[in-house]
Amino acid sequence: MAHTKTPSTFQNPVIRWVDDRLPIFTMISKEYGVFPTPRNFNYLWNFGALALVMLVIMIITGVFLAMQYTPHADLAFDSVDRITRDVNGGWLLRSLHANGSSMFFLVVYIHIFRGMYYGSYKRPRELLWLFGAAIYLLMMATAFLGYTLPWGQMSFWGATVITNFFTALPFVGKAITTWLWGGFAVANPTLNRFFALHYLLPFVIAAVVFLHVWALHVTGSNNPLGIEPKSDKDTLPFHPYYTMKDLFGMSVFLLIYAVIVFYIPDYLGSPDNYVKANPLVTPPSIEPEWYFLPFYAILRSVPSKLLGVILMFGAVVMIFLMPWLDTSKVRSAKFRPWYQWCFWFFAFDSLLLGLVGSQHPEGIWILLGRIGTLYYFGFFLILLPFLGWFERTLPLPASISESVLGGGKLASSAVAAKPMEKA
Amino acid sequence: MSNFRAFLMGGGLALATLTTASAQELPEPAKQDWSFYGAFGTYDQAALQRGFQVYREVCAACHSMSLLAYHDLSGIGYTPDEIKAIAASVSVPDDPDDTGEIKDRPGRPSDRFKAPFPNEKAAAAANNGAVPKDLSLIVRGRKYGPDYIFALLTGFKDPPPGMKMANGMNYNTAFPGNQIAMPPPLSDDRVTYADGTKATLAQEAHDVVTFLSWASDPHLEERHRLGARVIIFLAAFSGVMYGVKRKVWSKVAH
Repeated sequence: MAHTKTPSTFQNPVIRWVDDRLPIFTMISKEYGVFPTPRNFNYLWNFGALALVMLVIMIITGVFLAMQYTPHADLAFDSVDRITRDVNGGWLLRSLHANGSSMFFLVVYIHIFRGMYYGSYKRPRELLWLFGAAIYLLMMATAFLGYTLPWGQMSFWGATVITNFFTALPFVGKAITTWLWGGFAVANPTLNRFFALHYLLPFVIAAVVFLHVWALHVTGSNNPLGIEPKSDKDTLPFHPYYTMKDLFGMSVFLLIYAVIVFYIPDYLGSPDNYVKANPLVTPPSIEPEWYFLPFYAILRSVPSKLLGVILMFGAVVMIFLMPWLDTSKVRSAKFRPWYQWCFWFFAFDSLLLGLVGSQHPEGIWILLGRIGTLYYFGFFLILLPFLGWFERTLPLPASISESVLGGGKLASSAVAAKPMEKA
Repeated sequence: MSNFRAFLMGGGLALATLTTASAQELPEPAKQDWSFYGAFGTYDQAALQRGFQVYREVCAACHSMSLLAYHDLSGIGYTPDEIKAIAASVSVPDDPDDTGEIKDRPGRPSDRFKAPFPNEKAAAAANNGAVPKDLSLIVRGRKYGPDYIFALLTGFKDPPPGMKMANGMNYNTAFPGNQIAMPPPLSDDRVTYADGTKATLAQEAHDVVTFLSWASDPHLEERHRLGARVIIFLAAFSGVMYGVKRKVWSKVAH
């Protein structure tokens, strides 16, 4: 490419000068300006952009919080209180960051379920999906580490419960757990390293997001029909069609986020975290944040600790394996009548497991947790492989434009699909 | 105490608490009418000052509020001179002087609220072994927040016949397990309000809970005000963007 250089076509001399030396403006125009995007996205395709917005908000608020935070077991709780009480705008930063994690997970869960419904993980987008799953795993680690930092009761006991998972490993479990703690219990050395890692991982996430977006721009986006664009009639330039649609979606999303941040900032958190960590007093119930509850239910669904831990991590591994577990060639659930049912039941199952995770494991909840866990793994390991062989899928439309436009008036719409001129 | 020992003891204590108090569910307290609830809620300034009076004259005998400084009282309407006088009413240890001696000095507005006991051991020794909780974040740190604290303060009753109370414990309808170490702190006319309000038990409890709610969440009013502006802006921006999106897409079939 370097040898077949074409002079930049930008009118502005400064932009042209830069672009001839580093074609960054050409790249932006190619990837976000004229980038051909399927014309039939629904609003579920807003959530990738929303996830990026959340990552940026989390990093910015996090960096400013870190300027005022003290990662020491004796001082951390008071320093967080000082941020909300005394630091200018500190209450806002903290509310944005603490509730931001919930919003980030909410957006990413919708994004993942959208990918599952429309088969976005299938060939040729397997690597794109793997990067996404890696981001999700990194988010879980980052969220867990971050929840420890305020050093309240739930921070401390949550960290104790989660790190205790590793003691379930045979032979090396105890040694690994001691190594993770930096001592014989969750204490100051644990808090120090959790802070260091909590600051590091978001930048690792940002790097994987770059790979995720790169892979997306190689294969192009999937779409609600799950068929590849075949001609220019099937696509629209990313700008202005999807930039404006994403901005509208973002504004509505921020509106919901703002209601939580300003009016119910404590609704999603546990009151126990406003009580300073005390190794001598266990809270009445130790419960993770809502976005971990389904995994918590899976963990507790079996009486064996080791098996529970294996199942819990296995539940995340299932997401990674999805491209190879699903044997169906048809992507979108719109054309897969059986898969559609299985998918909606899986979505319901995830919510059910979340509810089970929030209850004391007694009575009916134990049974529901076991049924939920059984279906969770049955969906991935039995339904996904076998449906591909037995399911009679519906006929796919010939092209996106045919489906969208109903066959007629193709010529006129193709003309209109040119990029809009700048006003 | 080493962390390891603390951890082991924690395990034992945890078992003990699990089998007694927390085995019982927290009863949902009755809902009270709070001026600071709702999207436009604000603190009642008169109630805040009365509540501070209750804290200062009653609660402060045992309970610290170590996260608040005297100058924070400007948030409940005290003037700088009044704050200076309130701070100066306590004496706190000064920094070492030139000879290395530590003398007491009157409190300053920048000092944190002076704690009633020098350390936890002293607090426990003076209170039948139970350490009175710090009240800085008590409302935010409890499920049901102000309703729970109000129910607790007004929930002292005679134990039902046949209930065996542990030594020095008091019966309380709101407390999980119903046995609380704190004796009933408030009663009718426990304080004499400067503004002439009749000091019933319910009035005192309502006022002090308002004050403690403010202490837990001093930026609530600012939060509500800014929130309204942000939401109005975002609602308008969403409307504009929806129009832009419609206009852009009106030229293509989709």
